[in-house]
Amino acid sequence: MAEMPLIKLRGISRIYGQGEAMVRALDGVNMTVHAGEFIAIMGPSGSGKSTAMNVIGCLDAPTDGHYLYNGVEVAKLTSDQRALLRRHYLGFVFQGYNLLARTSALQNVELPLIYKGLPRGQRRDMAAEALKKVGLGDRLHHDPSELSGGQQQRVAIARALAGNPQVVLADEPTGNLDTKRSVEIMEVLRDLNRDDGLTIIMVTHEEDMAQFADRLVWMVDGRIERDGPTKRPEPSVGVLEEK
Amino acid sequence: MLWETITLAIQAIFRNALRSFLTVLGIVIGVAAVIAMVTVGQGSTEQVTADVEKLGTNVLMVLPGAEAMGGPTGTADAMLTINDVNAVQDEIGTVTLAAPISQTRARAVFGNENRRTDIVGTDNRYLEAAQWDFERGRPWEPGEIQAGKPVCIIGETLRAELFGTADPVGETIRIKTLSCEVIGLLRSKGASTFGADQDDFALMPYRAFHRRIAGNTDISTIYVSVREGASMERATEDIETLMRERRRIRPGEDDDFDVMDMEQIATMLSGITDILTGLLSAVAAVSLLVGGIGIMNIMLVSVTERTREIGIRLAVGAQANQVLVQFLVEAIVLSLIGGLIGIGLGLGLGLLGSNWLAVPFRPDPAIILMAFGFSAAVGVIFGFFPARRAARMNPIEALRHE
Ligand SMILES: Nc1ncnc2c1ncn2[C@@H]1O[C@H](COP(=O)(O)OP(=O)(O)OP(=O)(O)O)[C@@H](O)[C@H]1O
Ligand SMILES: [Mg+2]
Repeated sequence: MAEMPLIKLRGISRIYGQGEAMVRALDGVNMTVHAGEFIAIMGPSGSGKSTAMNVIGCLDAPTDGHYLYNGVEVAKLTSDQRALLRRHYLGFVFQGYNLLARTSALQNVELPLIYKGLPRGQRRDMAAEALKKVGLGDRLHHDPSELSGGQQQRVAIARALAGNPQVVLADEPTGNLDTKRSVEIMEVLRDLNRDDGLTIIMVTHEEDMAQFADRLVWMVDGRIERDGPTKRPEPSVGVLEEK
Repeated sequence: MLWETITLAIQAIFRNALRSFLTVLGIVIGVAAVIAMVTVGQGSTEQVTADVEKLGTNVLMVLPGAEAMGGPTGTADAMLTINDVNAVQDEIGTVTLAAPISQTRARAVFGNENRRTDIVGTDNRYLEAAQWDFERGRPWEPGEIQAGKPVCIIGETLRAELFGTADPVGETIRIKTLSCEVIGLLRSKGASTFGADQDDFALMPYRAFHRRIAGNTDISTIYVSVREGASMERATEDIETLMRERRRIRPGEDDDFDVMDMEQIATMLSGITDILTGLLSAVAAVSLLVGGIGIMNIMLVSVTERTREIGIRLAVGAQANQVLVQFLVEAIVLSLIGGLIGIGLGLGLGLLGSNWLAVPFRPDPAIILMAFGFSAAVGVIFGFFPARRAARMNPIEALRHE
């Protein structure tokens, strides 16, 4: 018997607005994701990448189609049940970091653990652990305003993986960062995928970043146009820095 | 989980220290102002009532001048005479005492000390009717009244001002050109409702006053004491009839004098305290409103930030109700802190104000609850409803909120 896919999208559409102003942000998307994959989603602006990520991440509900997560029909869940799904299985990294202001890195990373109902001591340990993993072991008590963009994004990644999710969804995680910081972030994600077996789905505009993934999904106009392994062999940091 | 929520809320309160402080401040100002004002207002009203009762319900005052707006108009009409005083006392059966009062303000001097004070010409009947007790010395001898001798009886305030710690009896003070021997000191009655000092005066025989101070024989008030149990209305009517006769007022003509009983005086005074209480209440209401608007502003200004925060919480797996409860608890904790500080401060200010005005301290639990309830409601409503709206959005909408 074949292993059940972690995520299965069948004919997913997401329509914004009505009548004249109607936008088909997703238009019959089919996609299957297995545990342990590292997927990059690319495509022109407005092609529906973020919309797809939000649907997969259960932050938004599709207008039509079937979304099976571990065999469970997500479209039938209530918003509270979707919250539970996010809480226990999904981690999100946003382009704009979305950290709580005036709140230390540690407390930001603790946030999802609070809703998991973990006791404070354990929360602290897990959050510190996650921050160490992204190389911020020495910045636990800094506020976002005291961190660089790359550091803030690493806090956001730590937050996404602190609760040991099955999938981390990252929407343009390096969109605001320079090449060097971007590569650092990508290496963090790649290590999480390789060493911890974390499933990662990432949206990016940069070919070089997409190369860190194993599989590339190309979207145009709310549809998936191409879906296959990334072509080039994985570039080393040295190659990038030579450019 | 509830404990966790409270901890979270308290963390959020400290994280947004400025916002929390301003919210609390709004509540404190509103609650404290209302409590302080109403406490002082009610104390004053009670004091007026008590003062009037202390004066006795068997007192009438006859004043020259037609009645207008609840009080006599003043001196345009003919003054009263000592014969009027004696007539009221002798010819009306229910009157036990009628005392003459002639009054002005002048400077009293002793050695290097001096003070502007009430100079009153009267006789022993006033001391009895107004229930003054002697601290030292004695009342006037009949001969002294008869001859209008320059002998004074003074109040405690004037004594303290002129004599310091010394005994005034036997000393001589100067009032205008009159040298006046002090023969008695009256026991202090303290301040009245409006803080007016009741012990700041020098009394002398009315003849001395007329000859040496006023230069005429006018009596400005007849202070009348009516027999206990007798009808005040009857006494008032009798005095009016007598005075109309004595002042030759024809039937149909209006009185050119006024007989006031304590009820009228009380009405006049409580009219003043009503205005005072009204003013205080208006100020208090404005403070409450200002506090409320302050809270509202802070809450509305922070809606964007809060909406994004709610988006983040929802994105990491919070359920809408968990977020709501947290924000509600936060609003309640802030309101409680603000409310308690406000109540404490309000009672403190009320106590200070009451002491300063020398009125009883009368906090009103209903008003305290009302002020607290209003501020808390503003805090909770304006903290809670934006949060509820945000929690009902999907997380992405909330995160994008501008
Ligand atoms: N909340 C919304 N209301 C209306 N239309 C929306 C909304 N969000 C997205 N859209 C539309 O849906 C389409 C897909 O948007 P989406 O954000 O998924 O694109 P994208 O591929 O992520 O683009 P980009 O690379 O610029 O981030 C766009 O045409 C956009 O205008
Ligand atoms: Mg996008």
